[in-house]
Amino acid sequence: MSKLLPGAWRDGKRYLWLLGIAAMALPMIGGLLAEHTGLSLFWWFTPLFIYLGVPLLDALVGEDRNNPPDAVVPALEKDRYYRWAVYAAVPFEYASLIWGAWTAATQTLAWWEYLGLAISVGMATGIAIAIAHELGHKTDPFEQWLAKIALAPTGYGHFYSEHNRGHHVRVATPEDPASSRYGESFYAFLPRTIAGGIRSAIAIEKARMARRGLPFWSWRNDVLNAWAMTPVLFTALIVAFGWKALPFLLIQAIYGFSLLEVVNYLEHYGLCRQKLPGGRYERCQPTHSWNSNHVFSNVFLYGLERHSDHHANPLRGYEALRHFDGSPQLPNGYAGMILLAYCPPLWFAVMNPKVRAHYDGNLSLANVKPSLRARLQLQGAA
Amino acid sequence: MRKWRCVICDFEYDEALGMPDEGIAPGTRWEDVPESWSCPDCGAPKAEFQMVEVAQAA
Repeated sequence: MSKLLPGAWRDGKRYLWLLGIAAMALPMIGGLLAEHTGLSLFWWFTPLFIYLGVPLLDALVGEDRNNPPDAVVPALEKDRYYRWAVYAAVPFEYASLIWGAWTAATQTLAWWEYLGLAISVGMATGIAIAIAHELGHKTDPFEQWLAKIALAPTGYGHFYSEHNRGHHVRVATPEDPASSRYGESFYAFLPRTIAGGIRSAIAIEKARMARRGLPFWSWRNDVLNAWAMTPVLFTALIVAFGWKALPFLLIQAIYGFSLLEVVNYLEHYGLCRQKLPGGRYERCQPTHSWNSNHVFSNVFLYGLERHSDHHANPLRGYEALRHFDGSPQLPNGYAGMILLAYCPPLWFAVMNPKVRAHYDGNLSLANVKPSLRARLQLQGAA
Repeated sequence: MRKWRCVICDFEYDEALGMPDEGIAPGTRWEDVPESWSCPDCGAPKAEFQMVEVAQAA
């Protein structure tokens, strides 16, 4: 394998990555179908496709454990095509948002159609957080700005700061608001991660601005300048189309960032880095993130599901992310796992045995919900 | 002794302290930190992503 010349290896997923752009257009496809067939159900096309179609396609198409050979990785990461395949998704995210706001404000929709439209667009703007994620890891100023622009529809601009300087640093430790704990349901995790993420982002920017000798209230503050885009965008859409767009905008934003948070929930569930004698945590290894190689949902999310390699090597481009045999594997892609997370008893039934197996039954090595940890220790002592 | 900061996550490498947990003795100069070393907090590689010098000798 390692003898292969760079030219001899072909990226089988090269053109499949363009499906990430198609994902941004799903709500408009649903709207067209609703208009042409007269079936209201098509206002719900995006969630139906993502929650029913994608898990099924993941199960049918299966996994891809293929890794690009090390020799081709530098060329792969220099190939601008892969960057443009990400940039191009952002205009489609905005097309869906603007079309959605126009439809919500000016068309006659029944309430369930309006709700379906808002949830559909929220899925696109929520998935766009994965696009912002891919962009926000880069050090190029254009990509950093595009990341903030992609976050504006969901009002989650602070993700740009918190993710790199907060989540990546504390991932798979009890200190990380965005790492879920063994025994913690998604509904307990959601308020903890939302509040913890905002608090962490503000603390990070406060420290960064102070170090640069700048006041917190400054346009250079990455949390404030990213957040400011959201009211500007929403006001512009309301001025253009009318007040009836406001509930639509709020619903899609809340649904969108909740979608990001449910993805956070399943990425590190129960996994924990151990403390070193010096008091620091061990480095983040591929074993500290759940991985999924399911082809179909991976191409929708720019390889985000190859999460183990991403956290161990956060600057690696999505096209070069690898599968590791030693990393814990999710039984389906993210779309299917989200459905499980929404239903905590099912989630615990599937995932708790996997966490226990990963730590050979020794839960003291896992990231366990504090109340459950106290109970487990009591049992151990008795 | 100098300090170097990771541009991605703000981790600081202090030459005076080194990284004893990782086998880098206190007093190791930045130039002598192995090229294969990466930021212990966020994984940014030394080779690809510069740390910025934050403080000159006391």
